[in-house]
Amino acid sequence: MLGVVRQKMLGQSLPKIRPVVSVLRSYSSAAKQMTVRDALNSALDEEMSADPKVFLMGEEVGEYQGAYKISKGLLEKYGPERVRDTPITEAGFAGIGVGAAYYGLKPVVEFMTFNFSMQAIDHIINSAAKSNYMSAGQMSVPIVFRGPNGAAAGVGAQHSQCYAAWYASCPGLKVLTPYSSEDARGLLKAAIRDPDPVVFLENELLYGESFPVSDEVLDSSFCLPIGKAKIERVGRDVTITAFSRMVGHALKAAEILEKDGIDAEVINLRSIRPLDRSTINASVRKTNRLITVEEGFPQHGVGAEICASVVEESFAYLDAPVERIAGADIPMPYAANLERIAVPQVEDIVRAAKRACYRSVPLAAAA
Amino acid sequence: MALSYLRSSSSRSVNLLKPLSSSLPLRRPISTDTTPITVETSVPFTSHQCDAPSCSVETNPKELLTFFRDMALMRRMEIAADSLYKAKLIRGFCHLYDGQEAVAVGMEAAITKKDCIITAYRDHCTFIGRGGTLLEVFAELMGRQAGCSKGKGGSMHFYKKDSNFYGGHGIVGAQVPLGCGLAFAQKYSKDETVTFALYGDGAANQGQLFEALNISALWDLPAILVCENNHYGMGTAEWRAAKSPAYYKRGDYVPGLKVDGMDALAVKQACKFAKEHALKNGPIILEMDTYRYHGHSMSDPGSTYRTRDEISGVRQERDPIERIRKLILSHDLATEKELKDIEKEVRKEVDDTITQAKESPMPEPSELFTNVYAKGLGVESFGADRKEVRATLP
Repeated sequence: MLGVVRQKMLGQSLPKIRPVVSVLRSYSSAAKQMTVRDALNSALDEEMSADPKVFLMGEEVGEYQGAYKISKGLLEKYGPERVRDTPITEAGFAGIGVGAAYYGLKPVVEFMTFNFSMQAIDHIINSAAKSNYMSAGQMSVPIVFRGPNGAAAGVGAQHSQCYAAWYASCPGLKVLTPYSSEDARGLLKAAIRDPDPVVFLENELLYGESFPVSDEVLDSSFCLPIGKAKIERVGRDVTITAFSRMVGHALKAAEILEKDGIDAEVINLRSIRPLDRSTINASVRKTNRLITVEEGFPQHGVGAEICASVVEESFAYLDAPVERIAGADIPMPYAANLERIAVPQVEDIVRAAKRACYRSVPLAAAA
Repeated sequence: MALSYLRSSSSRSVNLLKPLSSSLPLRRPISTDTTPITVETSVPFTSHQCDAPSCSVETNPKELLTFFRDMALMRRMEIAADSLYKAKLIRGFCHLYDGQEAVAVGMEAAITKKDCIITAYRDHCTFIGRGGTLLEVFAELMGRQAGCSKGKGGSMHFYKKDSNFYGGHGIVGAQVPLGCGLAFAQKYSKDETVTFALYGDGAANQGQLFEALNISALWDLPAILVCENNHYGMGTAEWRAAKSPAYYKRGDYVPGLKVDGMDALAVKQACKFAKEHALKNGPIILEMDTYRYHGHSMSDPGSTYRTRDEISGVRQERDPIERIRKLILSHDLATEKELKDIEKEVRKEVDDTITQAKESPMPEPSELFTNVYAKGLGVESFGADRKEVRATLP
């Protein structure tokens, strides 16, 4: 992939997030656009076509075409044997999925949102993640658990939690967090092909976002490596790590910071477990300052792990304390104004970056 | 007991010409004798939403002798494990199966190694039934390299995938949805095989069981749910945990059969019936009325919630090994001495294997980091002090 450059798109109505466009060999604006929804759908379609052992299971994935239309058209194409509508019984169908994976099939189990995965979490952790280890290699579990994760809009406390930190703390799991359509295609294909249990955390608010995709990305053999982060924007002054929807916020923050002469490097983590510590540390060794951004709760979060990793590996390179931007340490409120301040906003990232660069007035003492 | 021999004179004369290993020149060698014998089970089957199978079970001397030997081996193995645990060579959890052997051997007699079995943590004898070796059992219990999980699983995590034994699970009830998943995969792959998912009377109340049963019935999965009802969920008697301890009826629209789980032949008959049913009609529940002599685990004496009289009563009246012994003797298939010799042989085999297992080394420290993933991606993992101990996952 060539270096990343921002392009001003003049006079065009832009999607809600302005994606960073990669430099194409020719500057033609004929780069294909693809929504994250279509990216996921096409990835599922291609992997199901390539391997008859792959099947999809979950609530409303078949006749309803998917609660968020991610599995649109798949029932019609592959039939009810391979696209299975389940009753609303997460513990039951997640366990059935893991059992099918024990036998050698490759299930893709959809949770309507990862909030409901808590009903099945024993199967994800104890039946899936640990089996290969406990059996000394006899029982590998080639399963993918996927679905929307994190906050949506106005859905309240029980439907808004981010589970990245919870699942990523467990050895034996792989945890992926796509941002763009390229991420969605490449990482889902990698997840389905991987022989280990993968937790694939999507984001409902990203489903409708369009991103440019190259011919390479559109090819059915396209696959991204698991465990490798992507540097979305190269910079010199401060490193900002983010995943999923927050990558878009971080990129916007980087544009704002540029006007103030701060050149931010934005890392799209893509993989929370394994975490790409070497890319993160290499970046911090270059910029000497780090902001971690995540949607989830701050305590014991992804940012805490990244901070610890950087302190352990690159302490001498830090010129400022590591800053964490995360969801507010409260259950998600419903009222729109409260919800807005419960989730990281672009200005939060900008403010933290300036603090790390010693460019802001010291905060008032905490209460 | 009704008894019928099918005898053909030609096979008899062939036998007389064969060299006999026994010291009695007129005795037919029973280790290979497959002349059919029909035995009546002493307790009839009780059925729910289906017709019960016949109480007349087909067997033969070879099978009966195999039952005897296998159950004697399992019994001896579990008792030896008890001693090893008390000698602190086995650590952590150890859930013993003595008393319940008839379920493991009867089931194996009705199925093939292509059918799947999955159970909970009381899995030592089920593993042996699936073809696991004594060495793999004792070495795993003692956490040694020769163990079936290379010492990394322990008592509750025995697996033998090549004979479709899927464990070995510590979370009560979890194995039932997993078993229904195996059945799903068997149907998906058109293998014409079935899965037996075993669980206890304690696990029978788990919600995920009903979730899995609902899906299995909806999708016609070849899943056989086997409740090994030993009447106690740890220290809680079934009537204190279940409003309705008629576990074979719990399936509601799913048929069920209640079986004398101390009678290996009844177990065999029920499993044969269940396999045929599951392949044609989807899930079925088998409730095995059985009993464990030991407590729930090695830390439970097993006598605070049941009387010693109850335990010795079952041993007297219903012991599965004694039942087969009586059957063999009454049909004149072997002498008492021959059977006692088998028991001595089995005891020696267990003792010798323990000696061998004790010589197996503990796993290498590097094994800490193996098998975390099937595909490690060259990722790093860490020990307790990550600056001291790191490894790349293979």
